[in-house]
Amino acid sequence: MDILEVKNLTVKVEGKSILKDVTFNLKSGENHILFGPNGSGKTTLISAIMGLPTYEVNSGTILFNGTDITAKTVEERAKLGMAVSFQNPPEITGVKLVDLLKLCLGKKTEDPFSAEEQRLIEVFRLTDFLNRDLNVGFSGGERKRSEILQLIFLKPKLLLLDEPDSGVDVESLKLIATEIQRYVESSGSSALVITHKGDILEYIKAKYGCILLDGQFHCFTHPTRIYEDIKKMGYEECVACRIRTVGGWKTDKRE
Amino acid sequence: MTKLPHKILEEAQKAGIEPNDKNRSGTYFHLNQTTVQTAVNQIFEGKIELMDIKDALKKYSWLNDYMWKIVDKNKDEYTKRVAEDYSGGYFIRILPGAEVAFPLQSCLMITQKNLEQRVHNIIIAEENSNAHIITSCLQHSTVKSASHLGISEIYVRKSAMLNFTMIHQWSEHTLVRPRTASEIADNATFISNYVCMRPVRDIQMYPVAYCQGENSRASFNSILYGHKNSQLDIGTKAVLTGKGSKAEMISRAIAREGSKMIIRGMIEGDSSDCKGHLECRGLLMDDKSFLQSIPELIAKKKGVEITHEAAVGKISEKEITYLMTRKLSRDQAVSLIIRGFMDVSILGLPDTLNAEIKKIVEASTENT
Repeated sequence: MDILEVKNLTVKVEGKSILKDVTFNLKSGENHILFGPNGSGKTTLISAIMGLPTYEVNSGTILFNGTDITAKTVEERAKLGMAVSFQNPPEITGVKLVDLLKLCLGKKTEDPFSAEEQRLIEVFRLTDFLNRDLNVGFSGGERKRSEILQLIFLKPKLLLLDEPDSGVDVESLKLIATEIQRYVESSGSSALVITHKGDILEYIKAKYGCILLDGQFHCFTHPTRIYEDIKKMGYEECVACRIRTVGGWKTDKRE
Repeated sequence: MTKLPHKILEEAQKAGIEPNDKNRSGTYFHLNQTTVQTAVNQIFEGKIELMDIKDALKKYSWLNDYMWKIVDKNKDEYTKRVAEDYSGGYFIRILPGAEVAFPLQSCLMITQKNLEQRVHNIIIAEENSNAHIITSCLQHSTVKSASHLGISEIYVRKSAMLNFTMIHQWSEHTLVRPRTASEIADNATFISNYVCMRPVRDIQMYPVAYCQGENSRASFNSILYGHKNSQLDIGTKAVLTGKGSKAEMISRAIAREGSKMIIRGMIEGDSSDCKGHLECRGLLMDDKSFLQSIPELIAKKKGVEITHEAAVGKISEKEITYLMTRKLSRDQAVSLIIRGFMDVSILGLPDTLNAEIKKIVEASTENT
């Protein structure tokens, strides 16, 4: 069963085509790692899947758990079980982290956290940030920890993670990635992870990854192999070798 | 206070006044042109003096020197009218060294049509005292037209801390003209909070803090919610003459439903090592409303350091979308942002008071 199917998707941002006729699927319970240079369209892909405005889907369809969600709003997609962690989440003055976490859990602000929720807040080292305004004065690592904890509290079936490892110290990276893997494993959900770095692959278990370049997918194979090749040859050459290019991104064509 | 008519009590409660005095350090209730009640809770006796200003003037002859000392009686037609004749006002004196952790509640209420309520208040925070005062001004909802002219002179003595919160809850038909000034002595701190959540016909005020003492501090925090054609022209001014004096101003304003809001702020640096910062953020919710921010910074001595940041505009779409990814509807997201924008924690109040004012703010913005 596919948790996500993207068919012939073309996405424009401010009138400019970023993704051109891309097709791929993601199996339920599998993680997938998405590589690609800055500006290649990775964030656009995740944003279009989540249905964020300003990402205009010109053609193609997005299926989530077999349901066509192409015309659905962000809120509807969130309620169906999709969640995104932002690379640069906004600062929202006056909105306290504690209140947002409770909203993510579907609780009222006056409801207390359960012991398990409290434990996770401590694991994410966010106890001292609960009464702070969302992201205001948060460091890179603090922002990412807050994003991932919100996602886990949302209990999604599909996690869309936009560079959860950027601007994060080694310790925070280990914490974030371990907790993502733990959640995905225990809930049987799937994660689509954008990254530039290999470190996260130590913790997040994924059989497949690929490179997004010039609005197209390339090099569908094990993510550590892709990462090693990118390090050796760079994106352009890595893609140019075409040995592992399989045209589209179809399960039946996997090597 | 429980002897008051039920309707009036209900209105008073909406403005944060508790009919049961046990959680308050004192109560002042001025109904129309008469002082109904002045009472200090027993446990605070010896810490606070609270009485009608007319009684206080009889008791303390020295108090005459503090009437019209920092507010000029010829300033405008409103000050002149109060100087001519006034019906009372409160005199609050926090005694030397007293610490008052609970607020004094003061309620100035109008229930008579076409009434012009004129009051003159004096607050003295004596040396080394520490107090939080909440004043609520409200009007009975059946009254179609009225005005309130209020003079307040506030004296914060050496090393005292006074946190003064005013909650205005007028009706859509009230004209309001407060005229307030404060004088802050050596090492003293004055925090002035202003919360205006209910619609008002027309309010115009520009309270001023004179930071005369060495290391004196003044801070003004305003939470302003303009709706239903309210006209608000609200400024805050600080004059920094004391060595090492500081002023800080934070305003949060929301304009909607045809409201017109002008938010002013002025910090004048008159001593070489004074510092000031002014922050104004405004949200405009529709095209029928108007929002203007006018910050003014004046430096008169070398080394003055005064800064400001101001932003007016609509709610950020990025913030709305972000919250929608957390399963909120667009309306829920907007309402959360608005409530956050009107964050009462900027007022620097103790937790219990914070919770109470938060209730008032949330009740007013509930159906947004």
